[in-house]
Amino acid sequence: MRARAALVLAATVLCGNPSAAQSALVPYTIVGDAIPQSLTGVPGDAARGRTIVLKRENTCLLCHSGPFPEERFQGNLAPDLRGVGSRWSEGELRLRLVDATRLNPATIMPPFYRIEGLNRVAQSFRDKPALTAQQIEDVVAYLETLKDK
Amino acid sequence: MNVAVLRSMLWIALVVAGPFAAALPALGAEIPPDQRRSGYADMSPDNKAMQDDDTSNPGMLAVLDGEALWGTKAGTANRSCADCHGDAKTSMKGVAARYPVFNAARGQPVDLSQRINICRSQHQQAKPFAHESKDMLALSAYVAMQSRGDPIAPPDDQRLKPFIEKGHALFMQRMGQLNLSCSQCHNDNWGKNIAGNIMPQAHPTGYPIYRLEWQGMGSLQRRLRNCMIGVRAEPYAYGAPEYVEMELYLMQRARGMTIETPAVRP
Repeated sequence: MRARAALVLAATVLCGNPSAAQSALVPYTIVGDAIPQSLTGVPGDAARGRTIVLKRENTCLLCHSGPFPEERFQGNLAPDLRGVGSRWSEGELRLRLVDATRLNPATIMPPFYRIEGLNRVAQSFRDKPALTAQQIEDVVAYLETLKDK
Repeated sequence: MNVAVLRSMLWIALVVAGPFAAALPALGAEIPPDQRRSGYADMSPDNKAMQDDDTSNPGMLAVLDGEALWGTKAGTANRSCADCHGDAKTSMKGVAARYPVFNAARGQPVDLSQRINICRSQHQQAKPFAHESKDMLALSAYVAMQSRGDPIAPPDDQRLKPFIEKGHALFMQRMGQLNLSCSQCHNDNWGKNIAGNIMPQAHPTGYPIYRLEWQGMGSLQRRLRNCMIGVRAEPYAYGAPEYVEMELYLMQRARGMTIETPAVRP
């Protein structure tokens, strides 16, 4: 009983639970360097995830490059996405997408699933995350398919 | 080892250090003075040639308009810039290289366009030019061009110090939904590829510029607004003090670099 309480306490300490005020986001729990649980419980669609990554407005290819021969302009400010599914587990990818500042406070990776602690967000983007929970799941599902040959 | 390798190692070290990296001395560090480069250096040969030749530089059209405005009487005072300032080649030389300056009457710094409008309203009794208007860009381009070739030389005025510090803080602060600071891109990642474009160091050496993407002239404020919009931040309104503070800081950061107004940029 006590061990279980301690575990709950530990999980809460590590928990990425948004405060009650931001009820727009689904709660998630960080364990180590990952968010092991799906945000939605609905399996991510890898094909949709690929579309999300390639869409200019989502900004992924500004910084990242990857196995996208049809895309002319890709960035190199961030790691190439080839093989990323071999390097990181689903849960690890999920945390990096949701809020990479949890791992590196100085990161240039935007927090794609955060609405608090941001400065001067443009009106049209305020109070909503850059990607929805399901979009995060779709991207995670897609990135997990990018295995080293 | 070269700086690029050092930077990568620092990056890796920080990822490993993770949440323990409370103090981040190296990131956001100023670019060493001898490594500073204008955005000109990253342009294609064609674009460089366009800028270098006054007969092909589209910004020169604005300069010519500005020259005409310089000699045109305006306002109820029926006075032209030339009536007070004479030949701009002499009187305006060095001006753009040292602006923004402290304005005692206002108790705060003013940039070149604000100074132009102070002259318009107080000395010409004319309507001030609207932000980013054709006339304002033309006259700013003409005045700034008189400093072309001069080193950026911000004045050593203690009254500017708190405003420069504000500008520095603005440059370093994360903003927008994408949560990025100017420094993260322009100090830490310059020279890399941001989806087909070379990330510039962001020095204000050529403003107002003719930007091919705009197919027109634009001020530093327009460019700063674009960046803020790019990180999904609410841009400050044209004429906001924050832009003057940022410009003050950028001019300090670019001290000694050469004015190249009117610059052409992709």
